[in-house]
This record gives sequence, structure tokens and C-alpha cells, in this order.
Amino acid sequence: MKLRDLSDLAFRNLREAVLRNSLTTLGVAVGVASLVAMLSLGVGLQQLASSRLAKSGLFDSIFVTPKTNLRGPGGGPPATRAPASKARLLDADARAEISRMPNVIEVYPQIRFFTEVRYDGKPYATMVAGMPESSKSSGAFDGMQGHFFSSPDADETILQAEFAKELSPQTSSLLGKDLILRYAERQSLAAQAGDAAANSGGFSVVPKEKHFLIIGVVETEPASGFGGFGSGRLLIPLPIAETLRAAQVNDLRDILRGSSSDKPTYSSLTVRVKSPSLVEATEAKLKDLGFSVFSLLDASKSLRIFFSVFDLLLGIFGSLALAVATLGIINTLVMAILERRREIGVLKALGAADRDVKQLFFVEAGVMGLFGGVFGTLLGWLIGRSLTLGTNIYLHRQNLPGVDISSVPWWLVLGGIGFAVAVSLAAGLYPASRAARLDPVQALRYE
Amino acid sequence: MTELPPAIRLESVSRQYTMGESVIWAVNDVSLTVPTGEFLALLGSSGSGKSTLLNLIAGLDRPSSGAVVAQGQDLSKMSPLALARYRRQTVGMVFQSFNLLPRMTLEENVELPLRLAEVDRSERATRVREALQRVGLEKRIGHRPSELSGGEQQRTAIARALVNRPKILLADEPTGNLDSATGEAILALLREIQKNPGMTIVMVTHERALAERFADRLAVMGDGKLLSNGAAR
Repeated sequence: MKLRDLSDLAFRNLREAVLRNSLTTLGVAVGVASLVAMLSLGVGLQQLASSRLAKSGLFDSIFVTPKTNLRGPGGGPPATRAPASKARLLDADARAEISRMPNVIEVYPQIRFFTEVRYDGKPYATMVAGMPESSKSSGAFDGMQGHFFSSPDADETILQAEFAKELSPQTSSLLGKDLILRYAERQSLAAQAGDAAANSGGFSVVPKEKHFLIIGVVETEPASGFGGFGSGRLLIPLPIAETLRAAQVNDLRDILRGSSSDKPTYSSLTVRVKSPSLVEATEAKLKDLGFSVFSLLDASKSLRIFFSVFDLLLGIFGSLALAVATLGIINTLVMAILERRREIGVLKALGAADRDVKQLFFVEAGVMGLFGGVFGTLLGWLIGRSLTLGTNIYLHRQNLPGVDISSVPWWLVLGGIGFAVAVSLAAGLYPASRAARLDPVQALRYE
Repeated sequence: MTELPPAIRLESVSRQYTMGESVIWAVNDVSLTVPTGEFLALLGSSGSGKSTLLNLIAGLDRPSSGAVVAQGQDLSKMSPLALARYRRQTVGMVFQSFNLLPRMTLEENVELPLRLAEVDRSERATRVREALQRVGLEKRIGHRPSELSGGEQQRTAIARALVNRPKILLADEPTGNLDSATGEAILALLREIQKNPGMTIVMVTHERALAERFADRLAVMGDGKLLSNGAAR
């Protein structure tokens, strides 16, 4: 029989026992729904976690430090130390060179220094940290009081919540207020006194003041990388922090190493690449340039493994309902054989081959699977949406920003429907071959 | 006139069933030849093996021994697929209980063998109409079997049996569920169909009087054996 005639007859047969077949199809739909809902949850949580982590900049960042040992000459096991010829200074030239490398989005130094601020006439000691523009999307500033820096060179500051409470118990009243940053500017002697001083490599420290406008309060400083000295409690735009040229902890060390020049040197630089997959290759290139590198790539790999296992488990639990639905299909079709015994006999007497009868039952099973798959995927999506909705209502009550915990990508839609059809066809195998084997003489005698 | 090869030739055909310990010979060593164009009536009481013999000719059942040769083909040597094709193309079948599919209209019922034979859709409607015209039911084409009288249902079944233009028409007690007047009308219709060149009809019945009036020859069976075989008139 041609496929069109087969499906014609199959649809007709399905319509005849509409209640039973609808219930069976519903069974398949519930099975598929549970599978799709489970997997959508797995996929959603994975996406949530990886987008959060990607935004945090931990997995697409490489932390570059100079190979010259931080512990000074002679420190550390000799094997790990780079040959002196290959070691390079992490200075402005190096920064420019790194930022020209392919796939590198951003290169920025860690600028943090301990200093004093004055607010409302009173002094407070605190740690200042420069924030790159990209940290805006790290997620740490989601749900903050106030807003992020209006531009990378605005004289604005965001306070860490605990520090803000020190300034005023009512943190919201701080927004829009003025704050004075008092810091020690490092001025190279070379710039002031010519060649002789430049050779000495020294610098003088000049006290300075700068006014900042408080524009926001944030719970914690975003994960700002490694090699910092305590977390920043007063955050200012990184370009501004760089122009301050405030004396930092490693300045004296630079002097001791005799590597001072007019250009700034960095104790570390954070290099962000386009995606975590590019981290490894970029790391290798940076090593070739003569720097020490560090990244959290391995942690992201284990995260992927964790989610694969998680998805697998969710998939297995989700499939249980579908397994039960499979039994429903087998039951329905076996019942249909009993009911349509005579009809099968007539079909055979009129010249239907075993193959035709088998295909007819197969198509019926497939159609139930297809409808069940489509409805089930829709239902699974709805379950995922309601879980997200419920979670968000809860998060909202806790004053937390909403998240999307379920996700139904295209592969899950097609996979859900395809799986339902495949499972239904498999369930139809036994009834179909049983119907095909029916002896027409016996079937026609059956009343 | 040149002698046509026989439509059906049965050579020592036997069909046995095993029921637990005992063996039942439903058809026991029957040899019979049905010439092309003949209307043969198979008579016998119930359990005489006449329906089993008809099923063997129809290709619905296979003989335990012997050969069933129809239109020059030995059915016992055919593959299941070839046998299905034989049922589709070479024979048409009519049953006592009509066996129309109740959920389908007359048109759909008659169309069923055309679907199985994979006849083009464009051709089907014409052939269904022709077949229904032939049995005088073209006006009831959209009705369901339950809306028809017994005689009309049997005529529909005859239309369905003829729609694939078979060479052999097999009828199993076609008048068994009908009153005598309607039964006679059905047999008159079969007689009419027999006039088609090359159309052979084998009818199983237990109504001897009707068989004598309409069939060319009577074959009487008893206990699986062929008891007598001779011209009806």
C-alpha cells in the first residue's frame, strides 16, 4: 500500500477508538513532557551556570604575571624559574602587544591600593579597586543599589555594602553624595630631574586628593581575579584608577629589582579572550612571550562533565514515564488487534500482504508517537516555564533578581518528538507483527 | 472453438488440522477441474469441507498436500507475498456475512482493493463508480453499510470483489444471510457477471434448489471428500 493510503487508513482507525487512542497518546505526551521538562531544567541550569561563570570572567580570563620570580632572586625551585633571557617585564609595551594578539578582547591591570577616604569630614581607611568596563556585565552588579559607572572615565565610585554601612547606616542616602579620595601619587624622579635621577630608578610620593560622586552600592566586589591584596571596598573606573598613578604595593619591589622606567609596570594583567575555548591556545602564546599564566579552564571542564552526568540522570528519570507510556501503546495496539481481527481478515482476503497489515499498525503507533511527542514537548516546555515562574516568584520575594532555570532549545524539541516517535514505533513492533501473522481463515471465522 | 485452459485445477488436494491428539481431514484427496467461464456450485452439509476448499482456492489457506492450480499458477508453491498479489489481482471474494467495513462508506469499501493494489487515485473513483453501477448501487455511493439492506450489502460486497477485475469470483454462502427472493436476485446478478468473457465463478452453498437453477455444474462434498460432480441441468 502507498504511504498516503496507509496513513489515511491509520488515521481512520485511530479516530474510531478516539477515546482509547487519545488516552494512549496522552500517556506518551506525559512521558515526553516529563523527559523534556527534566532535560530543559538540566539545560537551563547549565546555561545559567555557564552564563554566570562566563560573565564573571573567570573562564575566559588568563592571569598574566611576569616570569621574574615574585619572591625575588633565588627564591623558588630552580626548575620552575624561566631562563633569565626569556623573562619579560610586564609593562605598557607588553600590555599593548598582548592586546594586539588575536582573540584577545581586553587586557587590564589589577589596580588596588590601600588609602584613606574622607566622607562627611571623617576619615576612613579602605581598599580601592579599579573596575574594568567589562565587569558591568559580570552579574555582580545585577540588583545593585544605584547604577554602574556612567562612563569609563567618570569620577564616580561604587561602594561595597559593608563599607557603605560604615559611612552611613542608611546606605541609600549615600547615593549622589561626594567623597574625597586621598592617595599617594607616585612621581618618577626621572620625569622631574633628568637623566641622573632616572638611572637611580627612584620615585617620590606626593599626596593628592580627588573627588568622587557616589553612584551605587554593591553587595560584593565582582570576582576580580587573582593576585589582588584583599577585596576592594571602594570601586572606581579602571581608567581613572590608572591615571591616579597611586603608589601600589609592588612599586617598592620594582625598585629593588632595578627595573623601574618611566613606563608603568604591572604586577599582573588580566587578559580576556573571546570564549573559554580560546583560553588554552592564548595561554600557550603568552607563555611563548615569556610570561607566567594562570586560568580556571580546568574548573570549567569539570563543570561541563558535571552537567553531562546531571543531564544523563535527569534524562533517565524523565524516560521512566515514557517507558510506562510505551506499555500503554503496546496494550492499546494489542487490544486493537483483538477488536479488529475480522477487519484484518477481510483486508487479507482482499489481498493485503502481511507487510501491509504490519505497516498499518506501525503507522498507527507512529502517529500516536508523533502526536504524543508534539503535545508532550509543548507540555514539557510549559512545565519548565511554570517552574521558572515559580522560582522567580520565590526569588522576587527574597529580593533577588529573576533567573531562567529552564531552556528548551531546538534540539530538545526535535529530539523529544523524534524520541517519542522512535519509542512508539518500537512499541508497535510486537503488535504489528502479531497482527500481520494473523491467520485470515481464523480471523474471518471470528465473530 | 479452441479449448481454454481450466481456470482452476485441484490435484489430490488435502487439508488436515490437528486438534490435540486427533487429526481432522477437512479436505481429503479432492481432485476437481473448473473450466474457464463456468459457474460451479459446491454443495454439502456444514462441516463437509466445502468452505475449506474455497479458502484453498482463494489462497487464504495452503493445502497439506496436493496442488491448487489457478490460472496456471500453483498456489502451494507461491511465496506469501505472491499469494497476497494473487488474492488481490486474480480472485474476488464474497462472504456470507458480507464483511464490509462498517465505518466506511460504500465508495470507501469498494475502493479498498484498489488501495491495496496501489491503483492511481485518479483512476479509482471511475472504477469504484463502474463497479457500483454494475450492481445497481451507484446512487448509494456515500452511504454506510448499516444504512443498506442485506441484499444491497451483498451487492456492495460483489462490487468490491469485482473492482480489481479478477478472473475468478469465489462466493462463500452468498445467500446464507438473505431471504429467498433477495438470494435469488443475488444469484441472478452472479449469473449476469458470469457472462463476462473468461469469468469463472465458484460458489459454496447448501441450498441445492438455487444452485440447480443458477449454476452450470454441482459438486457435492461430504466428510472432506468429493461425493459427486455433474452438470446442474
